[in-house]
Amino acid sequence: MALERNLAAAIAVTRFGLGAKPGEILTARDDPEAWLLAQVRSGVGADQPQADAQGSATRVMQFRDYQKERQAAKASGQDFDPVKFARKLILADAGADFVARARLAATTDADFRERWALFWCNHFTVSATKLQTATLVGPFEQEAIRPHVFGRFEDMLVASSSHPGMLLYLDQAQSVGPDTMAANFLSRGGKKAGLNENLAREIMELHTVGVASGYTQADVTEFARAMTGWSIGGLQEGDAGKFKFRVAAHEPGARTIMGKRYAEGGMDQALAVMKDLAASPHTANHIAVKLARHFVADEPPPALVAKLQHTYLGTGGDLAEVAKTLVTAPESWSSAPVKFKTPYEFVVSSWRAADIAPQTLPDIGQIMTSLGQKPFSAPSPKGWPEEAEVWCAPDAVIKRMAWAQGLAAKALNGRDPSQLASDALGARLTPLVATAISRAETREEGLAILLMSPEFQRR
Amino acid sequence: MSAAPTFAVLSRRQALAGVLGAGISIEFLGRKAFAGADGAMETRKLVVVICRGGMDGLSVAPPVGDPNYAALRGVIAIPGFGQPGGALKLDDTFGLHPALPSVHALALKGEARIAPAIASPDRERSHFEAQDVLENGATAAYGTDSGWLNRALQVMGPGKVKAISVGATAPLILRGSVEAASWSPGPGAGRDTRLPGILQDLYAGDPMLSRALASGLATQAMATVANADATAALSLGDADAAMAAPGAPAPAMTAPNAVSGTDMSGATNAGGPAQQTTLRQGLPAARKLGATLAGFMIQPGGPQVAAVSIDGFDTHANQGSSQGQLATRLAYLDAALDGLAEGMGPAWKDTAVVVVTEFGRTARVNGTAGTDHGTASTALLLGGALTRGGIVGDWPTLAQGRLFEDRDTAPTLDMRGLFKGLLVAQYGVDRHALDTVVFPDSAAVAPTTGIVA
Repeated sequence: MALERNLAAAIAVTRFGLGAKPGEILTARDDPEAWLLAQVRSGVGADQPQADAQGSATRVMQFRDYQKERQAAKASGQDFDPVKFARKLILADAGADFVARARLAATTDADFRERWALFWCNHFTVSATKLQTATLVGPFEQEAIRPHVFGRFEDMLVASSSHPGMLLYLDQAQSVGPDTMAANFLSRGGKKAGLNENLAREIMELHTVGVASGYTQADVTEFARAMTGWSIGGLQEGDAGKFKFRVAAHEPGARTIMGKRYAEGGMDQALAVMKDLAASPHTANHIAVKLARHFVADEPPPALVAKLQHTYLGTGGDLAEVAKTLVTAPESWSSAPVKFKTPYEFVVSSWRAADIAPQTLPDIGQIMTSLGQKPFSAPSPKGWPEEAEVWCAPDAVIKRMAWAQGLAAKALNGRDPSQLASDALGARLTPLVATAISRAETREEGLAILLMSPEFQRR
Repeated sequence: MSAAPTFAVLSRRQALAGVLGAGISIEFLGRKAFAGADGAMETRKLVVVICRGGMDGLSVAPPVGDPNYAALRGVIAIPGFGQPGGALKLDDTFGLHPALPSVHALALKGEARIAPAIASPDRERSHFEAQDVLENGATAAYGTDSGWLNRALQVMGPGKVKAISVGATAPLILRGSVEAASWSPGPGAGRDTRLPGILQDLYAGDPMLSRALASGLATQAMATVANADATAALSLGDADAAMAAPGAPAPAMTAPNAVSGTDMSGATNAGGPAQQTTLRQGLPAARKLGATLAGFMIQPGGPQVAAVSIDGFDTHANQGSSQGQLATRLAYLDAALDGLAEGMGPAWKDTAVVVVTEFGRTARVNGTAGTDHGTASTALLLGGALTRGGIVGDWPTLAQGRLFEDRDTAPTLDMRGLFKGLLVAQYGVDRHALDTVVFPDSAAVAPTTGIVA
């Protein structure tokens, strides 16, 4: 590494990590690259925010109970307040999940590992914008994403696509092959049943090959047919609240997707499609571009993209190897901080700089919402955007400033802001900002200046 | 808006003094818009509302008089005129969704029209590509990274006409070389502080942050005035309470679950009492948001052009009919538009509003009582500046053989033509600039005429 070691350490912690806690840059300084590589953990995956978390199956069944109760209450005309119930579910469960995740981010010593996990959580977005999925985002990330972030991409793709959170978020659970027993049965009962192509489309467009790969509407519909049957078990079925392949809902027959024929094979048919999608060079490129954009620059260096893509294809999508390529590529270490922090990154890195952690949902929910990144509520399956021009709106800068002032007033406790600044930014702290902090009227003002400085707003 | 009560008592002068005291120059506050030669133009206003997710045009303005409508739509069809939950009549074929009563009232006055088969040039049925194309004005996604509305401001002469986006993030349509303000409800910076001035110095070598900070501070001062005006215009007793509710206002125009009063919930469960409650909570906030935007736009030297986004129109399952998921979103849209129209006051006569979406949805109801990604949809045109008239563009009908790829409403009107027509009528933007700069390679797409008086 040609970079001066102090600067390399600052880059390792602030760009690849989630922002420096006091002392962290010093720890990384011995060997910044090794500090990052040590966080790549092939067997286990990412850290889990809650060791004793409620699983998704429990959450799915809780929501079904709620729906039943609501129906019964409606039928009997009794006074039942589902809003109150929903708020309890959402604020207590989803809120606790989000706080746990934010606390992990604020406190972990393996913050590159956590950033890597967050990248994949965003790549496979499940959003709380549906009441049904509000309590499933946390379990989805814990069950489908975090265990696989240093494993094979194909495994994460299958885990995501078969998780109740994703099956509900993108309407797959209720998709039924039009020429099946299930469709027949449902239509006799007066219910309409048929294909829903939402998940199939987004797997192709967002999770794997990307829209530029040239698939057609017919490919999407064929894949949706192959995916029929991927659903969630009910109370009487033995797989209550869990993934269940419903043979009776699976559209029979061979499918042709992107020019390749897939023989009828029940659940294995869609698995075969996913295997090919995961192995596609289009997928390798799509992921390489996204990773380089996330970690290095909104306009990623083509040489870095090529390296990531090469590793992905050469290792069969081994994400631990891709992570190692990322941190060892010289292109990843450009010295200027160019990535403008998203709201979550800004807030988390501020806590880390101040060496505090959020305790309750209001500690984080309000600021995230007002900066446009409402907890667990990405606006679409595409996830949160990355680009600076999205997040650096005038209104957002004002709100970051107001929040930084509030945090400084609450959290400083008489500490020296100049010391916090050098701990948080190391060699990335510019003389201009260091001077402004030292000249602040109050210590609190000094910390607010640090958090709002150009180099702290970026990574 | 939780900071609003603190600020609301301030006079305009005090609000200005507060910001000026922080060493910030106010660019558009109190400044006379622009020179006399452009007299007619300086009062003209244009608001672009983007409904994200693929808004179902066949529910927004249901063609209940089309003989194929009810059969194609099944359980999600809007009932005919005069029936319970029926469409609000526009003509023999078209009505408006019953959740759009304010739009309908405007239509009866000749101040709202529909374009029932409009589409961008994109045919990929991908949300993200289609939104890109809608906003960048090019023929393909990633064609350019600035927005057509920004480039329109550029060709009018930078700084001449100012623009604002509503929401916490900056939408592509207004990104580009001309600086645009942005605003969303919520607490601003404390007033008695040196921090803004210190940061302006620190940002001197940082164009992105310095522009954003200066614009944000100016808008914040303006918001004080606009809020007071909006409150006066609407006389909404509960508006402040609604806006102060945590989570309610800020995500309103950017997050999909805008109508929800619950902090992290969505309102996608169709039709239940939960939805009715959240709806009641959301509507005053929506109305006030529209009125506050109007408050910005009617100030002397304020923004004349605005971009607003509303999410949550991706109704793949259980979309509902007269009531339900989509109805909730439309009620929210209706309230925001109503607040905007009312808040504009006398300036409404010079205002044109266009409501568009990235694509429509399948003509047939799908297997899960929803609709999948389609092609043409309905645009709404509103404003006192409109010419009275029927539908804009042709109606291809829903007859067999007329559906695009036997699936979607067929496009008969290129969205860029409508946008061009509005830019010509409101601001006299030069045709050559429209065809080459604002909408690259679009000479074949003529500006729609006869929509603005």
